[in-house]
Amino acid sequence: MIEITHLSKQFEQFTAIDDLSFTVSEGEVLGFLGPNGAGKSTTMKIITGFLAPTSGSVTVDGHNIATDALAAKALMGYLPEGAPSYGDMTTLDFLRFVGEIRGYRGAELVQRVGRVLAEVELGAVALQKIETLSKGFKRRVGLAQAIMHDPKVLILDEPTDGLDPNQKQHVRELIKNLARDKIVIISTHILEEVSAVCTRAVIIANGRLVADGTPAELEASSKYHQAVNVRLTQLVELGGHLESLADVAGIEVDAEDKLSLRILAQAGKSIYSQVAKIAQEQNWPIAEMTVARGQLEDVFKQVTAGGARRG
Amino acid sequence: MGNLSVIFKRELASYFATPLAYIFIVIFLITNGIFTFELGGFFLRGQADLLPFFSFHPWLYLFMVPAIAMTLWADERKTGTIELLLTLPVRLRDAVLGKFLAAWALMGIALALTFPIWITVNYLGDPDNGVIFAAYLGSWFMAGGFLAIGSCMSAATKNSVIAFILTVSLCFIFVIMGSPILLEAFPAWMPQVVVDAFASMGFLTHYESIAKGVLDIRDLLFFAAFIGAWLFASAIVIEIKKAN
Repeated sequence: MIEITHLSKQFEQFTAIDDLSFTVSEGEVLGFLGPNGAGKSTTMKIITGFLAPTSGSVTVDGHNIATDALAAKALMGYLPEGAPSYGDMTTLDFLRFVGEIRGYRGAELVQRVGRVLAEVELGAVALQKIETLSKGFKRRVGLAQAIMHDPKVLILDEPTDGLDPNQKQHVRELIKNLARDKIVIISTHILEEVSAVCTRAVIIANGRLVADGTPAELEASSKYHQAVNVRLTQLVELGGHLESLADVAGIEVDAEDKLSLRILAQAGKSIYSQVAKIAQEQNWPIAEMTVARGQLEDVFKQVTAGGARRG
Repeated sequence: MGNLSVIFKRELASYFATPLAYIFIVIFLITNGIFTFELGGFFLRGQADLLPFFSFHPWLYLFMVPAIAMTLWADERKTGTIELLLTLPVRLRDAVLGKFLAAWALMGIALALTFPIWITVNYLGDPDNGVIFAAYLGSWFMAGGFLAIGSCMSAATKNSVIAFILTVSLCFIFVIMGSPILLEAFPAWMPQVVVDAFASMGFLTHYESIAKGVLDIRDLLFFAAFIGAWLFASAIVIEIKKAN
């Protein structure tokens, strides 16, 4: 379990993290979201012991990262932003180096490196220098070094950033397979990724926690959750009938296409059948009518409004 | 101890993974030859010792060592690998020491490859090999002193060229610290203790006797303490600067 307690980080005149607290337990894949500059990377750097917090503490399975750093670091695998690695080494040498640092020697080292090479499909480039590899391969090298020791805690800073759609898919599947009994924290600003791999999402803005829940819960908190999208074939007056419904929160008309409108539901209510009934009674000229699910994008916008700051 | 040697091995191998180590060694040997034979008048002196060889080392190191030292930490910070390295279960102490020792070993290899001059002088005359060995050891320790300054300067910046210039400048100051020109520049009211302390920090003060073959343990201790102090400073600078 990772416990983050009242964490703050101050850079000169700039507060990167402001009293952040949350815990992550085994089996959770935590999507760590926020606009650029919200403090995602800084938080990850503190969890992994690269930076020291200004105040607050981080413990990983009871090991405080400040006072018991080596034990905590041994439990973690970390892919820093941009997946840095030593470009003048071959993939194999680099993974052997990390393996030795992790304390493996001899046959066990060979076995660990061999297994991870297969796992992230790096066998073909094992003897190539890392600097000659494509971005996707470099990212996989970074991932390989992070998972080689089968860590209890895996921390990935934008693991799919800059990858093509196929590579993204591959990395996501890899993460899903790894995740079973581990703690995984993934920072990303690709929201589809959260729905695809995460069991829980935390959104931070300006260094503060602004939302925390399963992706479905967050989607439900969108004001567009359960909204009914209607597209008409011609303009009609329909306001009056809808407003009589208690569960309708409002109507939004598309600014460009006046024939498209969104009927918003009150939180937790479903209005499709009521709207459909009115539409039938009033003979609306309907081309299409669908129920919207809340989009993480909308929630993200709602909770992080107020402007992003520097990265 | 385990991780120190792992880092040492990786660093030393990385010098030889690129042409860097080879170019460094070749230039070191050529420059050494020019200094010894052309400027030092090795043959003209008609003496069976290596004084002309060793006495140019401070000036040779002044440019060669910063060239090796400049990438030690600056590159780690520039490429972001410092974040990787320091989030692995590694003590900062082991990382600083491992990197330093690898660069120092490269200097040792370059220095050892000057052995033909030792063979030459033994062929031509009958030198005191104990003196020569002592001078080699002293020269290597002095190279370590330069390198430790370089390690700290390299930690202070992401830009290795800046690290190079800073290191050369600082090393130059330490080389000439004990020289009369600098000491005469002190105002007369300065207490003698301060002037003496200042002079005793000079590399030349310690190295000149070593080059002549007088290996005083205090001179070696000076360099060892000097290396230790600058490596300690390196670790502090890394702690402060790694976030930027």
